[in-house]
Amino acid sequence: MYGNDFSAEDAPGGGLLGEVEAAEAALREAAERGRRADAPGPDADLAGYFAEVIDADQKIEPRDWMPEAYRKTLIRQIAQHAHSEIIGMQPEGNWISRAPSLKRKAILLAKVQDEAGHGLYLYAAAETLGISRDELVRLLLEGRQKYSSIFNYPTLTWADVGAIGWLVDGAAIVNQVPLCRCSYGPYARAMIRVCKEESFHQRQGYEILHTLAHGTPEQKAMAQDSVDRWWYPSLAMFGPPDGDSTHSAQSMAWKIKRFSNDELRQRFVDMCVQQAEILDLTLPDPDLRWNDERQAYDYTQPDYDELMQVIKGNGPCNRQRMEHRRRAHTEGAWVREAAAAYAAKRAEQKEKVAA
Amino acid sequence: MNGPFDFTLSLGDDALIAAQRLGEWATRAPEMEEDIALANIALDQLGAARLLLSYAGELEGAGRDEDALAYLRDDRQFRNCLLVELPNGDFAVTMAKLLFLSAYQLPLYSALTGCADERLAAIGGKTRKESAYHLDHASLWVRRLGDGTDESHRRMQDAVDQVWPYVHELFTADPAAPVDPATLRADFDTRVTAVLDEATLTRPTDGWAPAGGRDGVHTEHLSFLLAEMQVLHRAHPGAQW
Repeated sequence: MYGNDFSAEDAPGGGLLGEVEAAEAALREAAERGRRADAPGPDADLAGYFAEVIDADQKIEPRDWMPEAYRKTLIRQIAQHAHSEIIGMQPEGNWISRAPSLKRKAILLAKVQDEAGHGLYLYAAAETLGISRDELVRLLLEGRQKYSSIFNYPTLTWADVGAIGWLVDGAAIVNQVPLCRCSYGPYARAMIRVCKEESFHQRQGYEILHTLAHGTPEQKAMAQDSVDRWWYPSLAMFGPPDGDSTHSAQSMAWKIKRFSNDELRQRFVDMCVQQAEILDLTLPDPDLRWNDERQAYDYTQPDYDELMQVIKGNGPCNRQRMEHRRRAHTEGAWVREAAAAYAAKRAEQKEKVAA
Repeated sequence: MNGPFDFTLSLGDDALIAAQRLGEWATRAPEMEEDIALANIALDQLGAARLLLSYAGELEGAGRDEDALAYLRDDRQFRNCLLVELPNGDFAVTMAKLLFLSAYQLPLYSALTGCADERLAAIGGKTRKESAYHLDHASLWVRRLGDGTDESHRRMQDAVDQVWPYVHELFTADPAAPVDPATLRADFDTRVTAVLDEATLTRPTDGWAPAGGRDGVHTEHLSFLLAEMQVLHRAHPGAQW
């Protein structure tokens, strides 16, 4: 009953999924090529070895030496990615109880469940870097680590569930597909898994909007209104323009990032324009037009002041999202304590039996 | 109740309303793993509801599909048991409800696999495997909470006491139904008593036994649940989604 009943034709994500598969193949090849025959000895030049592995497009694995700044950057990035999956359940979870058909309700429930699963893989990937999930959750709840700004916007209509799938998941995939080739093995492998499912979600969102845009006039208006509200926040998901991006250069040198924010944003715009035409919906940018010279679309940049405000905590739903997460955590404390106490009693009994 | 339509509808309604309540937990569970588990169980219940309601619509022969039955009936026309419409309460109440529901659905769906109606037998074959998983999950949590901390023991016992009166309705005799619910009680009692014992919990005494769900006479909770569930569908009559 999980909505795999869409035709693949005209659906977005095809080319990107191909890239995910190519990344997966490259990962296998790199593993088969093996590491340099000789692992570094105790006196070896660790930094040199690390640089060689990166240069050879091999993967850094948890037990390998790595620069402290590389470890920290990855922890920050993977954790924020994990937090985004967990907080990102809220705007969509908001519509589970009101989904307009049982089939849509089932698809949405499955999607929100997948996101929790993505959060778990990502926390597990972060844990390979020597930090615990509990610690990361604490950093989130204390507001010391961020999650994607996009989830601070409200889902006001059913069409927003479609727009999140199409635009937000679409932007996430464009951002994440290159991470399937990231130099840190556990992150690259998590991304391959996540991207496959995300691309399925994106297709579902697109299908929701397609149905609405070809439905009643009220449904079409609902779809257009949601695209109008989600377009710029989705463009802002790629982060500040290249000139202002603080982590970019080092992350690119380490092959964590493979493309700049602006390159990925452009790629996303180019992808969406064609899809919007098939949807028969308008992207809310009067200056959006094909540039023959650049072989890309010119478009109006998102409002980066607004992005900074949202990142600082002043978006429409920042407080609500954090409050919700904190409440679930606090109200669940007695359950987690009970589970721990029960497990301890069982372990004690086993010891007695063994003794 | 009379006839396979009413019977199928009542089972479909049980699963649908249970799914709606479990879906309310999404993003609110005590731990991330449990968010996944509850969504998983909600999906199973919803899947069962879709199969049962679609079949009920066919048995009725009036052109109602799963969505017409889910979204366009009022609470007086719903046939679910009262147990599933009770609010989620805290995690212990949810687990008490899930334990009792799955300890009823498992023997029910298992018995369905042997009934003369092929469609119901096929639905039973699929859903009983899921119910076994739900029962496992709820049993484990009831044991953890019952035999966990003092606080969790107190809450779990409260939850069992609060929900217990609503189990009796599940077993109201209906000799004409494809499976007479009264025949399932012994199996239910055996399973539930074992879990409560292991969880160091006391089985409540039988007394007050609210009922009426099968006749469409519900608690005050159902109408609010339906208002939320149906609001969008009803606002756009005839639309496709």
